[in-house]
Amino acid sequence: MTSDVSGRRVASPSRRRFVTGLAAGGVATGAGLWHLPASASAGRANIPTVLTGTQFDLSIDASPVNFTGRTRPAVTVNGSLPAPVLRWREGDTVTLRVANRLPVESSVHWHGILLPANMDGVPGLSFDGIHPGETFTYRFDIRQSGTYWYHSHSLFQEQAGLYGAIVIDPREPAPYSFDREHVVLLSDWTDLAPASLFRRMKKMAGYDNFHKRTVGDFFDDVSRDGLAATLTDRGQWGRMRMTPTDLSDINANTYTYLLNGNAPSGNWTGLFGRGEKVLLRFINGSAMTYFDVRIPGLKMTVVAADGQYIHPVTVDEFRIAVAETFDVIVEPAGQDAYAIFAQDMGRTGYARGTLAVREGLEAPLPVQDPRPILTMDDMGHGGMDHAGMKHGAKGMEGGCGANMGMKGMEGGCGANMGMNGAGHDGMAGMDHGGGMQSHPASERGNPLIDMQTMSPTPKLDDPGIGLRDNGRTVLTYGAMRSLFDDPDGREPERTLELHLTGHMEKFAWSFDGLKFMDAEPLRLNYGERMRIVLVNDTMMTHPIHLHGMWSDVENESGEFHLRKHTVDMPPGTKRSYRVRADALGRWAYHCHLLYHMEAGMMREVRVEERA
Amino acid sequence: MNAARSLLACALSLALSPAWAQDHSHHQMPPAEPATKPAHDHTAMDHATVDHAAMDHAAMDHAAMERGAQAPPVDHAAMGHGPSGHEPREPIPPLTDADRAAAFPELAHGMHHAPERNSFVMFDRLEAVDVDHGSGQAWEAQAWFGSDLNRLWLRSEGEREHGRTEAADLEVLYGRSVSPWWDVVAGVKHDFKPGDSREWAAFGVQGLAPYKFEFSATAYVGESGATAATVEAEYEVLLTNRLILQPRVEIEAFGKDDPARGLGSGLSTAEAGLRLRYEFTRRFAPYVGVAWERAYGGTADHRRVEGESVENTRLVAGVRLWF
Repeated sequence: MTSDVSGRRVASPSRRRFVTGLAAGGVATGAGLWHLPASASAGRANIPTVLTGTQFDLSIDASPVNFTGRTRPAVTVNGSLPAPVLRWREGDTVTLRVANRLPVESSVHWHGILLPANMDGVPGLSFDGIHPGETFTYRFDIRQSGTYWYHSHSLFQEQAGLYGAIVIDPREPAPYSFDREHVVLLSDWTDLAPASLFRRMKKMAGYDNFHKRTVGDFFDDVSRDGLAATLTDRGQWGRMRMTPTDLSDINANTYTYLLNGNAPSGNWTGLFGRGEKVLLRFINGSAMTYFDVRIPGLKMTVVAADGQYIHPVTVDEFRIAVAETFDVIVEPAGQDAYAIFAQDMGRTGYARGTLAVREGLEAPLPVQDPRPILTMDDMGHGGMDHAGMKHGAKGMEGGCGANMGMKGMEGGCGANMGMNGAGHDGMAGMDHGGGMQSHPASERGNPLIDMQTMSPTPKLDDPGIGLRDNGRTVLTYGAMRSLFDDPDGREPERTLELHLTGHMEKFAWSFDGLKFMDAEPLRLNYGERMRIVLVNDTMMTHPIHLHGMWSDVENESGEFHLRKHTVDMPPGTKRSYRVRADALGRWAYHCHLLYHMEAGMMREVRVEERA
Repeated sequence: MNAARSLLACALSLALSPAWAQDHSHHQMPPAEPATKPAHDHTAMDHATVDHAAMDHAAMDHAAMERGAQAPPVDHAAMGHGPSGHEPREPIPPLTDADRAAAFPELAHGMHHAPERNSFVMFDRLEAVDVDHGSGQAWEAQAWFGSDLNRLWLRSEGEREHGRTEAADLEVLYGRSVSPWWDVVAGVKHDFKPGDSREWAAFGVQGLAPYKFEFSATAYVGESGATAATVEAEYEVLLTNRLILQPRVEIEAFGKDDPARGLGSGLSTAEAGLRLRYEFTRRFAPYVGVAWERAYGGTADHRRVEGESVENTRLVAGVRLWF
């Protein structure tokens, strides 16, 4: 059962520049699983085992891996990174015996799967975790179908390799046909011990940003935009003490991006036959990395998002947030090989694989897109003359008034005004004098918050930073629509607004300025239909995941639009989704950027029976 | 640079008035209190209570926010009829005792997250100085240990000439974040040199000023009514993402003459440095630079008497490192 790694092809340290390794995390057992030299170029690409049936034995262990030319310890399942593909059937009851052979507590969470709270695998909420040497038995009914994934929910074990795909075959035939399928699991790997990477973020959050604007950029901008405009721009960012090239906290300076457990040079290859329709099940199992995915030469028809069917939408490219899954159908014809190209959102690196008629082929890789630079509009600070405003309120009155009722008197505009009054230290965004978006009182004067958005909008039709006007059709949330009507049908009884908050320099992350440990659980009544409104008060993009229940994203008219388990929240957005609280118990609710979650961007959602 | 100068001037005058640090903290602190409690009210409790008025607004707000504020009156009316009470299409499953048991298992411990306490140690300057007729060394280091909001700070600065330590100090401070960019610090400073060692009580503020100036201002109160103040600012000019020019200024002032140490009251010394470093890694960056220093007032007089130069310009070379 643990022998499937032996055939793994080792990635050569192609794009790696420098990786400053610290002490090892986890324990390298040296079980002989790894013996190919780093320069190996022959042999089969790493292909995770597929386990099927209703009874599964999974063993969590430490295994040595080598993605960069250095052998490092990883956390594996049955000796494999990624973990084996689990193939379930809708309607079955599955039993998963998970043995922990690590010297520390571990866990497995089944991401996006509806199940009883004690099967959800979050230590401290669902259960006590799996102690070293113990075996925990998960057993639950499969009430859904589609593409999902599983990963550890214990500290940084997910980053260290504990993640794998789940494919659930539907009871009823899918509303589309295909001849062949491949799981395409994207992830990020670091040679660093993940805990020391976290500590590094706390010391110097901008460590990986080697694309800050320089003196040369300044003069380039002056000659392009003029001195006044350039100074205004630098002034805005300077007053905010922020950097418009901060697209991701950790990038390819630290990470090697993997596709099905293969570094780019490993060139994972998925086969197709001529004339076949191929279903690709894309999963973003990264700790911190958003990918922009395309297959040059092929249109991709997206048929499911987060495991749930959508009206098919054909695109050239899609951005996949951490923890999202997209099922796409491609019909390769005319070429023997196509490149699957997944560049990170910050354009610092990529994962790649190949679709080919036989092993050993390669297609040319596209040139990486230009590196995007954030604008004030991106962060919801659009000035009066900017697009961001068009959907926003026209003046103070509407925005504030609307919020007062919802948030209570203390919340509303007062928060904004108070912030304004904080004096020399007030948010730079205040310069815009807007004040449409109110903010919770807990954000006021909070040292853990370095910005607040002024006029956020849903941006459902926005392809996203770095993807606009690139000449390709790019998937958006607006373009995806669930294939089914709202399965619940009720209007939300109430609305709960949460702000995504943080401080880049401190690498502090929270909801409403309160970290997990400082916050009370969010309480939902069993059976209720409610609405969550998220406002992104940071300059980063956050994938927000609610365990145990669906997040039914609303369109801009407040109607049921798209069923998701993870909702992407780019900077400057305000998005809403409906939650049907039909799962009793204590559930994790968090940013799925692992280091944000660990820094405190998390809440407990407690679904209780109405008193 | 103008901005930097006016900022410095402003900060200096503020730092020299001891009341300011407290004013500042006072000004910033109160929001921290409401930050803990009422927030819950907003997120969870307010909404958990079934308040129809609130709900109406919530529903309205959503529409209003997305589509423009001109709309609210209309939407308000539309949404005003409250939550729909009809049954869900998919029935909510009735709960059994088994469901209840599975939902709230007994747990031995809460959730473990990454440690709240972290640390950072940086030698901003660790350098050789080209002094007259010989060599010298200088250092400036700082470290913090603690959480995002509460930290123990260590700061040290010093210089040696001809194998003798001319000046050396160590500060041990408690620092608390009072706003997103500013910490107030309070603690003690120990001067090992010049002269006999002595203690100061230290109060100050440090943080990242607008336009990303690293800034700190500290006031000191010593034995027998001695007072002093130090203001320091640094900036980083990115020639490239690895080749970085760091201008730095530091100003020292004293409240009283201290002939034994060659210090006069008022503005005592001003230093300005320009260091060009290359970040081979983020953690290790060698640099070369030039450091200018000038004494003023009584301190300058003392130097003249001792036959020392009032103004020095020296070449420096060193490394910047952190861990």
